[in-house]
Amino acid sequence: MIPSLPDSKFLTRGRAVYVTLFFLFLLLPLSVVAVFAFNNSLFPTPPWKGFTFDWFIAHTDDRTGLFFDTALLTSIWVSCKVAFWVTVLSVTIGTGNAFLLERAQFPGKSILTTMMLVPLVIPGVILGISILSFASQIANFAYDQWELELEWLRPGLPLVVAGQFSYIVTIATLTIAARLKRFDESLEEAALNLGASRFAILRTITLPYLKPAIIGSGAVAFLLSFENFNTTLMLVGSDNPLTVLMYGRMREGASPVLNAVSLLLMMVSGIAVALMYFRKPRQK
Amino acid sequence: MNGLSPKKLTLYLLLAPAILWLLLLIVLPHTGMGIISLRERVGPGEFAFSFKQYMTFFEEPLYWNTFVRTAVMSLIATVLALVLAFPVAWTIAKVAKGRMKALMLAATLLPFWASELVRTLGWLILLRGSGVIPGFFQMIGLTNEPVELLYHDATILVGLVYSSLLFMLVPLINALETLDDSLIEAAYDLGGNRFDILRRIVIPHAAPGIAAGCIMVFMLTLGNYLTPVVLGGKSSMWFTEQIYTQFITRFNWEQGAAFAFLLLGLSSLLVWAGLKITGQRFADAMRRT
Repeated sequence: MIPSLPDSKFLTRGRAVYVTLFFLFLLLPLSVVAVFAFNNSLFPTPPWKGFTFDWFIAHTDDRTGLFFDTALLTSIWVSCKVAFWVTVLSVTIGTGNAFLLERAQFPGKSILTTMMLVPLVIPGVILGISILSFASQIANFAYDQWELELEWLRPGLPLVVAGQFSYIVTIATLTIAARLKRFDESLEEAALNLGASRFAILRTITLPYLKPAIIGSGAVAFLLSFENFNTTLMLVGSDNPLTVLMYGRMREGASPVLNAVSLLLMMVSGIAVALMYFRKPRQK
Repeated sequence: MNGLSPKKLTLYLLLAPAILWLLLLIVLPHTGMGIISLRERVGPGEFAFSFKQYMTFFEEPLYWNTFVRTAVMSLIATVLALVLAFPVAWTIAKVAKGRMKALMLAATLLPFWASELVRTLGWLILLRGSGVIPGFFQMIGLTNEPVELLYHDATILVGLVYSSLLFMLVPLINALETLDDSLIEAAYDLGGNRFDILRRIVIPHAAPGIAAGCIMVFMLTLGNYLTPVVLGGKSSMWFTEQIYTQFITRFNWEQGAAFAFLLLGLSSLLVWAGLKITGQRFADAMRRT
């Protein structure tokens, strides 16, 4: 119960034990992944055979560390490219959407607002499948009609970007709109009275105010794109992003290299989250 | 004035990408999928309108069973997530203070930022026959031979609950934080016991958060692909797997589209029912998360 109410010792202890167990449960899988990235064995399972950095830096016949695993490195690069485009598109269009939601008045606004939330409740697999079939139908039609081969509508990275964008833009929109809602419009009016143009106001007042939300939603979009699996799996062509490659290797039987990549991912996203987290107090 | 005023022009410039996004990536693809699901291949490149795909679903027990199983397991996972997360959300929102609270919040977020694949890999290492937990059981003498903990329904449930806990915790914490402590104090002074307070004050107040959390978890679980397939192996019988098989492996788009539509219908129906029962509005519930 709340601190102002008397709690029996039994209850306080019981809760402490439960919460501790809960967090152990939460962190257990991540810990084993991290620990077994350093196991000197071909398998990421017990027994523990000693500490090694092999799964990062080895370059021998039976062991290829993460930094020499060309397929892995390529897939990380592919994921970065995809995430870059998803981020740019989501943040740009998300900012526009935020202005639509918070500022504009037009017929059908409530329908549009609801529609913008819909991508969040469509399962990722279905999102991917529907875009795949839609794109293929157009590509087939173009080919049958005019013998035109529209390569970018076939499974591949452009479709992966489209699929991830289709729901990540909703999240960017909501984040930026939430900040725009708290914006004091009298600032803009004051600038307008002082003779500033609409564009100058946007550039010097409104956008700088939105900057934290824009950067934040950009970071979130990048991470979400990077770790997306469900939608991506349906839309990939020959270039595999990291998640799809890791999935393939996991099915063949895990190796400690996968743990090494996972550890790297955890560290990178941990640092990204920490940066976002520590930025916040300064902005207020 | 000829043409558009700057204000109108801005509006159209903002509306165009939004409408293109929703039309090209959401509305038309799903409409197209609906049309595909309602046709039957009668000859090479020739199609006729029919309900055959949906009939196949109802006539073939495998598909039907997988569908029901997916729904039931998702419901169980949602309830488990709620029961597991509630005390923790309470502790974070009401009991913990200052740095402890920040630390707990960070610990909750951490697994979420590690990709779903990493989390699943962790469970794989923990649970597989040669893994950490069977090894531990053997070490303390609980079993003589390594036990295979993968490929059970309970394993799938653990994985599903694990990967969706955050989506339960965050709305619950948000809802509980807005609850005024003095309400509980008042109830306590008036002689209410803990159970009464929970039932008549805390839960009604947290209802929007509970609804939002349950909807998110249910949606994510129903549409999950990775966790059931990896932890459940060949016998996972998850419906998204059926959709994948029809579309990608068998290239039977008509059947796959029908399956996708059934899953979409099921999730929409249950979300709608959930919102109706708790008196929530879709937009409010979604913005909460």
